[in-house]
Amino acid sequence: MSVIEARGLRKKYGTTVALDGIDLNIEAGRILGLIGPNGAGKSTALNSILGLIPYEGQLSVLGRDPWGSRDELMREVSFIADVAVLPRWLRVSQALEYVAGVHPRFDRAKAESLLARTSIRRGSRVRELSKGMVTQLHLALIMAIDARLLVLDEPTLGLDILYRKQFYDALLTDYFDHSRTIVVTTHQVEEIQNVLTDFMFINDGRIVLSCSMEEFETRYAEVTVHQEQLAAARELAPIDERQVFGRSTLLFDRADRGQLEQFGAVRTPSIADLFVAIVGKAQAARQAGRARA
Amino acid sequence: MTSTESTVGPEPAGSPSGSRAEGPVAASPAAMSAARLAYWSVQRELWENRWIYLVPLIVAAVFLLGFVTGVARIPIPFPIPHKITASHSLSRLLEAPFDFASMVLMLTYVIVAVIYCLAALHAERWDRSILFWKSLPVSDLMTVLAKASVPVVLLPLIAFALIIATHIAMLLVGTAVLTGRGAHVTEIWGQIPFLSMWGALLYHLLSVHALYYTPFYGWMLLVSGWARRAAFLWASLPIAAVIIVEKLVFDTSVFGHMLLSRLAGGPGAIAFPRHGDMPMQAPTLANLSAFLSSPGLWIGLAVFAAFLAGAVWLRRRQGPI
Repeated sequence: MSVIEARGLRKKYGTTVALDGIDLNIEAGRILGLIGPNGAGKSTALNSILGLIPYEGQLSVLGRDPWGSRDELMREVSFIADVAVLPRWLRVSQALEYVAGVHPRFDRAKAESLLARTSIRRGSRVRELSKGMVTQLHLALIMAIDARLLVLDEPTLGLDILYRKQFYDALLTDYFDHSRTIVVTTHQVEEIQNVLTDFMFINDGRIVLSCSMEEFETRYAEVTVHQEQLAAARELAPIDERQVFGRSTLLFDRADRGQLEQFGAVRTPSIADLFVAIVGKAQAARQAGRARA
Repeated sequence: MTSTESTVGPEPAGSPSGSRAEGPVAASPAAMSAARLAYWSVQRELWENRWIYLVPLIVAAVFLLGFVTGVARIPIPFPIPHKITASHSLSRLLEAPFDFASMVLMLTYVIVAVIYCLAALHAERWDRSILFWKSLPVSDLMTVLAKASVPVVLLPLIAFALIIATHIAMLLVGTAVLTGRGAHVTEIWGQIPFLSMWGALLYHLLSVHALYYTPFYGWMLLVSGWARRAAFLWASLPIAAVIIVEKLVFDTSVFGHMLLSRLAGGPGAIAFPRHGDMPMQAPTLANLSAFLSSPGLWIGLAVFAAFLAGAVWLRRRQGPI
């Protein structure tokens, strides 16, 4: 069964189109990265999936209409939308009591043991914790919920690299198993590249590319080419070319690896570079078009 | 660029996927009972707003301090003014500080209720915590009802308990001070009809403050769920505007009088005694039936329900501000 299924998902804010007819189908057991520039529609898509905003088109999350039944959906879906949304007056002990009080799938003992690994004290209020500790607390609460879908919208924004690393490590080792599904958006694409099983590029409210990591690794290749071989390499139709220290790195889509290897070592590109190649170009073209008009 | 469906997962859409760990018809986990969700929702309000009982406690403490100072300075023997002869007038005189305590604490309660309502659905959007609350399986209806129950149920009961506690503290402290000064307190306190006073108080709180004022609370909750800032202005300006426009266009003040009569408590109110009047009477069945059969009560409750429905509608759509 699909965890998330959308057909023609649209959302307009006034005259601004935030989601322009998205079709998607996310199976259980995937870790999907939703990648796009600011204002591309990532958060709108996630908010629709979480039942936080109304939308047009068809959307089904775990077989339910999220807008019609957010509270029921939240028994099986968890989310961290943005860092630091825990109320500042809340005590750690109150957070544990409250979630245990309202959530049928919350395992308090698990939350306690996750918290025991941190330096967070039960009597502290959220306002007394550092930003990194607030995230640890939130993550401990969320990971103790036996949810089928976890949505993370910029969960590590503004955290230092140690906390960011810890965050994804904890998620992978203590939370993720192959019956759960995780959808994550972040600007730090490089950091989650090896966490993801799938990714999607969103731009202007549309899905530009949807790709599994296996497909990504076989389909895209990158090679750094010497100046004298550049013309020959360009013959193979790279989708992007960038200059690093006077040498050109070319990015290919579905090129023959054997042919590429004559120019140098063939690597799998980073998702970030692919993103710049696909979405960055489209944006630049659009901006140029706008400037001309 | 593609507008075709994006499938994430090993199988394309529509293919059989019965082998998954979670079957296609995995049972939805049972919800917590409504009573349990209500309990924790109200508990959350008490955690978040400790001031709604701390402030009245401080007011009561300050009042007690003033009372002790006053009692310590009464001349002994207790002077009975010459013009007062009838016993009920004497009891009226003795009762005055107790009535005053009730009025001060009820006024405190009204102010607390107003401040609470205007912040209730605003604060969680302001500090973005609405995103945390909405990530839990508690409906918007439950949240709004829990918040509405604070001014309508919780605060009247807190006010009542606090007033009784203050009265008892006044009795104890007064007895200690007066006995210490050689006065016979039993005959003094014996003059005061505490039970009927407390009965009248409870009736007044439940009928007027809890039920008759509900449209005010509902309106303020609605505004708190809608205003981005300055909820107090958004709550009061439209009311002022209606009054002014009505005056200018029709040269009448029906709306203003309606609000005033509701503030006065309608048929549910038991008039507080003015100086020299009869002491406040315990409510009778006649009071109760007049209150329950007044259209004003039911119209008010209907308006309250409509405002709450609006607040739920807003809570469902609103995010952080």
